[in-house]
Amino acid sequence: MTIRHHLSDSLLMAYSAGQLPEAFSLVVATHVSLCDDCRARLLSFDAIGGALIEDAGQARMAEDSFEATMARITGLPQAQPVRAPRIPGSVFPAPLRDYVGGDLSTVKWRSVGMGVRQAILKTDQGATARLLHIPAGQAVPDHGHRGMELTLVLQGAFRDTEDRFGPGDVEIATEELEHTPVAEQGADCICLAATDAPLRFNRLIPRIAQPFLRI
Amino acid sequence: MTSETEQDWAALLLRVRDDADKGAFALLFRHFAPRIKAFLRKSGANEPLAEECAQEVMATIWHKAHMFDPKRASVATWVFTIARNRRIDALRKSRRPEPEELPWGPEPEPDQADAMVLQQESRRLGEALAQLPEKQRSLIERAYFGDLSHSEIAAETGLPLGTIKSRIRLALERLRHQMS
Repeated sequence: MTIRHHLSDSLLMAYSAGQLPEAFSLVVATHVSLCDDCRARLLSFDAIGGALIEDAGQARMAEDSFEATMARITGLPQAQPVRAPRIPGSVFPAPLRDYVGGDLSTVKWRSVGMGVRQAILKTDQGATARLLHIPAGQAVPDHGHRGMELTLVLQGAFRDTEDRFGPGDVEIATEELEHTPVAEQGADCICLAATDAPLRFNRLIPRIAQPFLRI
Repeated sequence: MTSETEQDWAALLLRVRDDADKGAFALLFRHFAPRIKAFLRKSGANEPLAEECAQEVMATIWHKAHMFDPKRASVATWVFTIARNRRIDALRKSRRPEPEELPWGPEPEPDQADAMVLQQESRRLGEALAQLPEKQRSLIERAYFGDLSHSEIAAETGLPLGTIKSRIRLALERLRHQMS
């Protein structure tokens, strides 16, 4: 997998600092699972956190703090369940599988018209995460954004006015970008998308459909 | 902090992992618990919540000692990730999906040099942070202590992240090589 479109430094830093809405965190965690370069960049942002905690000053601990901690240790179960490693041939990396409850075949799709299907994933309220299934050669309705939209390709590829996005690539779309992503011929395109505000469609019919799409 | 002491933190953590060494844990506790608590206080936790969470973070450090890998993070960095996750849980009541785990793990001798270089780079990062102009440093602190929303965070840190990143990248490449 050759990844050409990566996460921005500010997204990686916000994820490292723990400031991203859950839906964006899911896109970041999924991309990092596929991209060693972004993983290395993320770990270097974690190192800033380490330097800050080393330097954060010291708060006075309670008198019995150490004993209380040792009591917590004996009270906790010893083994931490480790998440199953990547299953060869699976389309979804582990963080996405956690949200779907399985791989691609277990997604409960809903049609949103023009052959496009989606599945909303359950996250907290700051932003929305959804899986999109776009048939090969099909366009997603022209839309703009009020906030930020992250789109991570998991299978197939799409093109828009910006570039081509293939497996592992992530597109970071801001308010300015009005685009019509078109899935390439060949394989159907599967994407994970996160938005922090409802999308704004530029044609009448999709706009009417918006409340039903929940996008 | 000198590189010797950072090496010592890693060595103490390995003693916790291998021997359930309470003495080693007590030394880690004395150094890190007050810092974790200060981090949580600065992130908006009140006194009792910060105390409780700091204890929980220290307990997690004990239980997850087997997952610490000195090639990918200093002890302080690893402690930060645990404290941050606890803060997201306790203060934001939110979840933070984690990337797929790679089969990292403490390995025999040859990799010790990698670990040492990474610890040195972490120390240099700390020194560079201390030398930043106050305004820039304060922006970074506010980002990590949770005062800035994600759209307000700008990643122009002025910190030399390139070297630490390429160190980690190198370790990743070796790991991928071993896996293939």
